[in-house]
Amino acid sequence: MRAPDGILPLTTAGLGFSANGCEILRAVNLRVEEGPPTIIIGPNGAGKSVLLRLLHGLLAPGTGQVLWSGIADPAERQAMVFQRPVLLRRSVLANVAYPLSLRGVGRAEQQARAHAALDLVGLTALAKRPARRLSGGEQQRLALARAAALRPAVLFLDEPCASLDPAATRAVEQVVARLAASGTKIIMTTHDLGQARRLAGDVVFLHRGQVLEHRPADDFFTGPATGQASAFLRGELVW
Amino acid sequence: MNDLASAFTTAVSLVGTADPAVMRIVVLSLQVSLSATLIAALIGLPLGALLAVARFRGRGVVLAMLNALMGLPPVLCGLLVYLLLSRSGPLGALGLLFTPGAMVIAQTVLITPILAALARQVLEGLWEEYAEQLRSFGASPARAVPTLLWDGRFALLTVLLAGFGRASAEVGAVMIVGGNIDGFTRVMTTAIALETSKGDLPIALALGMILMAIVLAVNATAQALRDTAQRWAG
Repeated sequence: MRAPDGILPLTTAGLGFSANGCEILRAVNLRVEEGPPTIIIGPNGAGKSVLLRLLHGLLAPGTGQVLWSGIADPAERQAMVFQRPVLLRRSVLANVAYPLSLRGVGRAEQQARAHAALDLVGLTALAKRPARRLSGGEQQRLALARAAALRPAVLFLDEPCASLDPAATRAVEQVVARLAASGTKIIMTTHDLGQARRLAGDVVFLHRGQVLEHRPADDFFTGPATGQASAFLRGELVW
Repeated sequence: MNDLASAFTTAVSLVGTADPAVMRIVVLSLQVSLSATLIAALIGLPLGALLAVARFRGRGVVLAMLNALMGLPPVLCGLLVYLLLSRSGPLGALGLLFTPGAMVIAQTVLITPILAALARQVLEGLWEEYAEQLRSFGASPARAVPTLLWDGRFALLTVLLAGFGRASAEVGAVMIVGGNIDGFTRVMTTAIALETSKGDLPIALALGMILMAIVLAVNATAQALRDTAQRWAG
């Protein structure tokens, strides 16, 4: 069953990327289906962020390609939240309304969707505040609200909790779980194994630019197939 | 020394009594420089924003030329506008030479590169921060221009004040294209130059004090705006 404006499954064929003569990703063949969140894990420098940017189209592949399904314009059906939220120098509400206006959503509809999105992340009370005066956790929730208001089929999250304390991390995870439950496909990177366990439907284990494993989360966490993944799960220093 | 003291006293009373001749000069100065700043802003700020987001061959050359134009000497700017507007010049038919309109044009030409170059510098930093997120939203670089202009509004106000300061303080350009005609094209800077050379120090001093007060007010405003920006943008 796929919604008429669905863009999944997402497949990559021989996806590779190099920068300054240094190979960052090599021959990545992935197939991402509808369903619970797909979590990309791996040590720092494995190429997680680059993979996410390639999938979202912010970077052009060096080799191979990213293929979306369906008839909808895939660019219009995706959104991304970055590790460090990029907030406009405007009010909280105006931040959520901005990308909606870019996509030609009418003014009344913008306001309604923005308020609903702020409600979802629990920032309604701060709607009129300058966005950049919020705390780190609030800023990340605002970035999530802004992405959610676009009603994307696929939402990319690049280490959304990397610099947040446990309470803020929990709040962000709750929003992510809510979005996933409402049918948004989450594709997220993290190096926090606990977070991966809490959220993942399936896990992509990335190591030195290559996908070593892509399996359902339960299988991966109970019995990783590769030595690198089991070392990573034991908390050893792999890179 | 006594001369100076009495000149100073007269100057204070000229300011205090709002002497009509002095006030006419002050008002014209503000009209000319504010008009020039407004027109230069309408051209220079979008141009600066466009240069901040655009990547094209020869961009480095354009930026170098723009930066060089920031240092355009006012007398040279005045001369160029004079040649354009003089009877035999390409725009001579407009009959603008020796009118306040010509002075506005000269100051606009003088400060547009300043506004564009400063806006480019300010907005390029903002663009570096926003670029990836705006692309993720699906905004083209051209669509990013109004976004950058709005989000950089506090920084751009100080850019505007810098342009206004330059326009209101220059003497060379307005002297050449305006002609310093009493009651018609005489502004503060040209009046100060003339009255000083005539030896009429009280009027020159009075105008100088007003000019200083305006410059101080402009800078205080700039400071206040920077503080506001700090509070807002964090």
